[in-house]
Amino acid sequence: MSARPAFAGTTVIAGIGHTEYSKDSGRSELQLAAEAARAAIADAGLTPADVDGLVTFTQDANDELLLMRALGIPEVRFLSRTPNGGAGAYGTIQHAAAAVAAGAAETVLVYRAFNERSGRRFGQPNQRVTPPGWNWYLPFGLDTPAKTYALAFQRYMHRYGLTNEDFGRYSVVARRHAATNPDAWFFGRPITLAEHQESRWIVEPILRLLDCCQESDGGVALIVTRSERAHDLPHPGVTIAAASVDHLVEGSVMHNYYHHDLAEFPEAAALGRRLYDQAGLTAADVDAAMLYENFSPVVFLQLEAFGFCGPGEARDFIADGHIDLDGSLPVNTHGGLLGEAYIHGVNNVLEAVRQLRGTAANQLADPERILVAGGSSGLILEAVR
Amino acid sequence: MTDEIRVIPPAHDPDDVWFWEGVREGRLLLQACADCGVVRHPPLPMCGACHSTDWTTRESAGVGTVHSWIVSVPPGAPSGPGRIVVLVDLADGVRFVANLVDTPVTTVANGMAVRLEFRDCGGTVLPQFVPADPTADGGVA
Repeated sequence: MSARPAFAGTTVIAGIGHTEYSKDSGRSELQLAAEAARAAIADAGLTPADVDGLVTFTQDANDELLLMRALGIPEVRFLSRTPNGGAGAYGTIQHAAAAVAAGAAETVLVYRAFNERSGRRFGQPNQRVTPPGWNWYLPFGLDTPAKTYALAFQRYMHRYGLTNEDFGRYSVVARRHAATNPDAWFFGRPITLAEHQESRWIVEPILRLLDCCQESDGGVALIVTRSERAHDLPHPGVTIAAASVDHLVEGSVMHNYYHHDLAEFPEAAALGRRLYDQAGLTAADVDAAMLYENFSPVVFLQLEAFGFCGPGEARDFIADGHIDLDGSLPVNTHGGLLGEAYIHGVNNVLEAVRQLRGTAANQLADPERILVAGGSSGLILEAVR
Repeated sequence: MTDEIRVIPPAHDPDDVWFWEGVREGRLLLQACADCGVVRHPPLPMCGACHSTDWTTRESAGVGTVHSWIVSVPPGAPSGPGRIVVLVDLADGVRFVANLVDTPVTTVANGMAVRLEFRDCGGTVLPQFVPADPTADGGVA
């Protein structure tokens, strides 16, 4: 067992906040960040003067000092950003928790806000090579995330004999969960497998439109502080039992093509082992999972890598209802990035917090431990009872 | 068919400019550590095995097998001709992204043997692959 980091079990998520999720917010990304942060600070029962650290993504366009001024935070002493977009989404929590445990900050605001549908759309094709790295992909026609990822998913389908209909069974679950979540863009709009199979091909025969995450406008934020401090706050806090990133030398984020067999997800397998070690748990102890899905097959690869089922078994695991609200491992109970919104995966942390507090729209029966992961970064959160 | 394809050309990158010069000469060059001999792709300015910054190039034999593949439909022309994008496990020991040409989509298969050719793709010369045995109907997976 590897050493347990100082933050594991001693830090909490004390507050959460978000804007509405839309396709056209009608306001600036800075305003979305400020509104989400204001809500998270209030939810934690704190004031802006309590916040002394800020963490976001390297890809976030909002300037920390402008956000400070917008919120009226008088002084900060810790700033950091984490790389790798959605795959690194949960690195933000690791940074915040590590800073708090080390005494570099007392109360850290984590945020991510963008107009990713009305502004720069991640799903649109690249038009030019931007070194380093893209010379090996873009000239050959890998010009969208869907194509880039499908090239790996094809190997998974080939190895285990899956068809796109198998992936569609995840999309149906995600949309069913979103349909009863009033915050979800697809609230009240479930889909059938037949509707999934009628949606247009994005990369035939691998991904259809309804296998792809949304493009969304919105902001989310959360507050990380010490467990002891949270005792005086309105919510008991949700304990950060584990948080890590995990990258391997042959790996890449967008073009993870250089491992032995692309039907596997070795970063996620390594991350899972690390998170379970930190929390002193096994996969069997996890009550629910929030799994980043830019595309539906990523759920399959992660279910297997995190040990919830064996290699090649995710198809049956999903088809047999294990990831449903009444299943053995409910997944993406808010609808995930397909159903709720694509706020770069951070909205999945908010759903885990709601579930552990007992305030989710699709509330599970007293979940105690939830895994939140995006392949190469992740968390295990625990309820405080 | 390749004339109809709009290709986004490679951009200048000091760490791989030699590769594209090789392509223009009709050679697929792979980077090999000058000290320990490890072949690496994509290219890097340092050998991760021995930390040498000295490297040389090795001409690929240009044969390999398909690890995975997709059809890339051009954006803005969804009914236009797709390009088959392949991940090729080169016999040289590295994996390489390229296109498979002169091949009906229905005959593409994981594991099929392919060989290198250079083609002018919409004004940009690129390393491309064709079935190693054009009479075979897909090879073995």
